[in-house]
Amino acid sequence: MGTRQDRPLIIGGVEYDSRLIIGSGKYKDFEENHAALEASAAEMITVAIRRVNLGQKKEEPSLLDIISPEKYTILPNTAGCYTAEEAVRTCRMAQELLDGHKLVKLEVLGDQKTLYPNVTETLAAAETLVAEDFDVMVYTSDDPLVARRLEEIGCVAVMPLGAPIGSGLGIRNPYNIRMILENAQVPVIVDAGVGTASDASIAMELGCHGVLMNTAIAEAQNPILMASAMRKAVEAGREAYLAGRMPRRLYANASSPVDGTFF
Amino acid sequence: MTLAITVNGKTRTLEAELSLQDLLQDLGMTKGRIAVELNGKIVPRSQFSSQRISNLDSIEIVQAIGGG
Repeated sequence: MGTRQDRPLIIGGVEYDSRLIIGSGKYKDFEENHAALEASAAEMITVAIRRVNLGQKKEEPSLLDIISPEKYTILPNTAGCYTAEEAVRTCRMAQELLDGHKLVKLEVLGDQKTLYPNVTETLAAAETLVAEDFDVMVYTSDDPLVARRLEEIGCVAVMPLGAPIGSGLGIRNPYNIRMILENAQVPVIVDAGVGTASDASIAMELGCHGVLMNTAIAEAQNPILMASAMRKAVEAGREAYLAGRMPRRLYANASSPVDGTFF
Repeated sequence: MTLAITVNGKTRTLEAELSLQDLLQDLGMTKGRIAVELNGKIVPRSQFSSQRISNLDSIEIVQAIGGG
């Protein structure tokens, strides 16, 4: 890439070429999810941990039969948890389920309408999980002080929301994301809020290290095409960030030389 | 004696004491990736056979599903 070679994204000691992380919720079926994953070129995919349906047919494939933990980094989340205790239990279950896997996406929600993070419970859960040697990627509000505190606790990535989960409203407070980035020594990944490709590019142009999204792809009219668009948007935003954008000017600035005109 | 246990929030009656492995077999849960909590504590897969189920035990069996 020109003169400035990008470095891989490193999370929990593992290098990733892709800076896009996708979810596995809301797809029509596993096949559509898998095709979107391939089109996105993402190397990490989130999953939820839920009770098995005791009535389910034995031969029915499960998500991890289609999306292989050998090929992709599975990122179990704590979606649906409203207390630190629920989130910690969920992570322990995920670890057992995935043979000692350490990487988790911590999210502790505050209420059902906004799905905003409950920051105090998130901080408490992060403390416990880090003490138990989990690699914690943490969904949080776009508060720079909370983001810094989560990093101090030892989270391996801080993931502020761009807008509420599933809202598709884009990056509503780019200035807060910038403040978080300025303070951060760990990867900052925008988690939630992306609605379309330009939103992902904006996050990356701000200097975010990655973007995590689910609904923007899964609820697109054509999820596989949107997954491909998101791959390009994240790459384009990253390259634009590395390239360094031109300054903004209020007035025009001619692109053709002013000198040498013959009239 | 019969045992009353809870599995994934639903009460079940067992005719005789058995191991967690036997219970999972009865539930058709031996294949696929699952994790099991017994009374709020993880039971490692290696201990499924040796783990006995007692009266009033509460068991949670989970898997990975789609989510964001």
